[in-house]
Amino acid sequence: MNTAPILTVRNLKKSYGILDVLRDVSFDLHRGERLAILGPSGSGKSTCLRAINFLDPPTSGTITLEGELIGLHPNGKDHRSATRRKMTARELAPQRAEIGMVFQLFHLWPHLTARENVALQPRKVQRMSSSDANHLAEAMLKKVHLGHKLDEYPGRLSGGQQQRVAIARALAQKPKVLLFDEPTSALDPELVGEVLNVIQELADEGRSMVLVTHEIAFARRMADRVIFMDAGVIVEEGPAREVLANAKEPRLRKFLSTVSTQEAVQ
Amino acid sequence: MFSFYQTIAENWSDWWPRLSHAAWITIYVTALSFVVAFAIGLALEFMRTRSSVAIRLTAQIYILTLRGVPILVVLYLLYFALPGYGVIISALTAGVIGLGAVHGAFLAEVFRAGLRSVSPGQREAAQAVGLSPFQTFSLILFPQAIKIVLPPLLVGFISLLKDSAICALIAVPELMLAARAIMAETFLPMHVFVLVGVFYFGIAFPASLLVRALEKRLTRGSTNKSSLETGDILPVARLDGVGR
Amino acid sequence: MNYETIGPIAQALLAGVVVTVEVSIGALFIAVVWGGLLASLRFLYPSRMLDLAISTYVEIFRNIPTLTHLLIVYFGLAYFGVTLPSLAAAILALGLIGGAVMADVFRAGFQAVPIGQTEAALATGLPPLLTFRLVIFPQALRIILPPSGNYAVGLVKDTSLVAAISAPEIMFNARQIVNVSFQTGLVYGTAAMIYLALTFLLTALFYALERKAAY
Ligand SMILES: Nc1ncnc2c1ncn2[C@@H]1O[C@H](COP(=O)(O)OP(=O)(O)O)[C@@H](O)[C@H]1O
Ligand SMILES: [Mg+2]
Repeated sequence: MNTAPILTVRNLKKSYGILDVLRDVSFDLHRGERLAILGPSGSGKSTCLRAINFLDPPTSGTITLEGELIGLHPNGKDHRSATRRKMTARELAPQRAEIGMVFQLFHLWPHLTARENVALQPRKVQRMSSSDANHLAEAMLKKVHLGHKLDEYPGRLSGGQQQRVAIARALAQKPKVLLFDEPTSALDPELVGEVLNVIQELADEGRSMVLVTHEIAFARRMADRVIFMDAGVIVEEGPAREVLANAKEPRLRKFLSTVSTQEAVQ
Repeated sequence: MFSFYQTIAENWSDWWPRLSHAAWITIYVTALSFVVAFAIGLALEFMRTRSSVAIRLTAQIYILTLRGVPILVVLYLLYFALPGYGVIISALTAGVIGLGAVHGAFLAEVFRAGLRSVSPGQREAAQAVGLSPFQTFSLILFPQAIKIVLPPLLVGFISLLKDSAICALIAVPELMLAARAIMAETFLPMHVFVLVGVFYFGIAFPASLLVRALEKRLTRGSTNKSSLETGDILPVARLDGVGR
Repeated sequence: MNYETIGPIAQALLAGVVVTVEVSIGALFIAVVWGGLLASLRFLYPSRMLDLAISTYVEIFRNIPTLTHLLIVYFGLAYFGVTLPSLAAAILALGLIGGAVMADVFRAGFQAVPIGQTEAALATGLPPLLTFRLVIFPQALRIILPPSGNYAVGLVKDTSLVAAISAPEIMFNARQIVNVSFQTGLVYGTAAMIYLALTFLLTALFYALERKAAY
């Protein structure tokens, strides 16, 4: 990985009132790299992902995607981020289109079928013809093994199927990076596997992705690199096997032991 | 605009006694019919929880019927049609009964929603710790139900106040009738109706503010406060279960 | 019962039904379009000024009796030299009141769409207007069907007040025919039945719409 990173996160800070949720978080994601973010509940993982596409604009710090500054106007001589003007939602839209996001609770649009959920973005943002968008949607749904559920409404799909539709929806954006925020945390245990399989397949395609998860075993298998966050800072960072095999940081050791106990129980 | 107020000022000494007297009648009619509606609503809800099908059906038919016809029709039937069957009542009585009868049907639904909102587990838990039936009702069920019922009850009161104006159409000497009489004499409709509007607004608006305050205490958070204009999703409702 | 009067009574009431339906549809149309527009503007372009302007309008129309508004629009506008026919005044007044009601109904509907829906749409790169049109609005429509149905039923009942400005709807015609036939109980009783039928039909219609909109 000697090439320039595809995604850079620099000095990210985020506070809600007096609560500092992110305290100076920086990391890179290289092209084709699979990064897993671990950390206890409330450590700021979701906030960090949501800051990347400006769903929760950071208080300060910068994010670039292929060198392009996200969410802020790069104008002005002053390069301190605090003085840069934030983009409006309309200006943000094309940037967000380049970043695929998969939510913990899927957030499929319940009034649209699986195919329509996936085809909406290509039709309206990429301005494809309806038939092209539909073909793309079908291809993406087949990719997540849901070729037989094209015309189902989300309400009639299982949680695992819904999450796979959500993944297909993100893929249809043709994103440069994929962000997963605990994609299996809301699922019944028996449905976790089908979603992890799909994510593994995407990883095997060499996509650049960031995965927030509590599935340690999966992170060890899939990720190239792991970041461990606690209380809004990166506590430990390194190659997945190394970090997870011989954790030095006490907080990480504690986290790993709790999570693996939970996994054992399940 | 100045002449508008000037005209009102010039006529004030004539209008004020008539309007204020009529306003008291409006308040009187509203209060009285609210009491009637409250009683009818409670009775209907009580009937609906009986085991006898006939009683439940009667209550249900009453509610469906009275909710499906305009108040004006009910008032006309009471005031103009009843005398044909030998029952003669004053306009004011007809107004109070008519408003109370119709709004009673609405309040029955309010009471139902209130009682349903208290889960059966609450009653069981109260009995399990040894509370008497009366204590169960007064200490556990009532305080929970009243919180739910209070806002819609107040909404019912506001719409009753507004509906009391319909009584003018059967010549109850309330505010709208007085206003129409003044309009007929002076042909200053804007002035007198705006004055009357201010009166109704002066009662109904604070009451609606109170409703909103009470409702807010019941349902906090959980609304879509996102602003699409700026890039920000305001940190109000996070549905992924964190950050509340 | 005097059977000779039945014909004219039926005729008068039926003519009244036509006017009642006309006024209802006209006012409903204004209410939905105007209320929907106000609520959409308010949701899309949140600003203190707009909020204040719209809530002032809404509160004024929701906290003053329908009859007062009817008379203000009909007689008050005439005072300023704008004479509207009673039917137009009725539709305008009821439509403006309904606009206030529906503005609140729409607003509650927009707010009831979970925020995750909006976030997912913005995250895929849909711009805000499209997010509103394709994701929030369609879901809100389904949410507002029941309260809209309640409003529509209330509206049909409120059209009876239009008799006060001599629009020849059911109650006005009923009163006229009572003045010549003296069949008070029969005429007003029939009028009540007609309203019941109208409001039941409307309730059934909205119920069917709700079933159809379910997904
Ligand atoms: N919208 C918000 N308003 C206030 N506090 C929030 C908000 N969102 C998240 N937080 C707080 O920020 C912290 C980190 O949240 P989050 O990023 O969701 O953690 P994680 O995803 O690691 O579990 C938590 O303490 C949470 O309570
Ligand atoms: Mg999280």
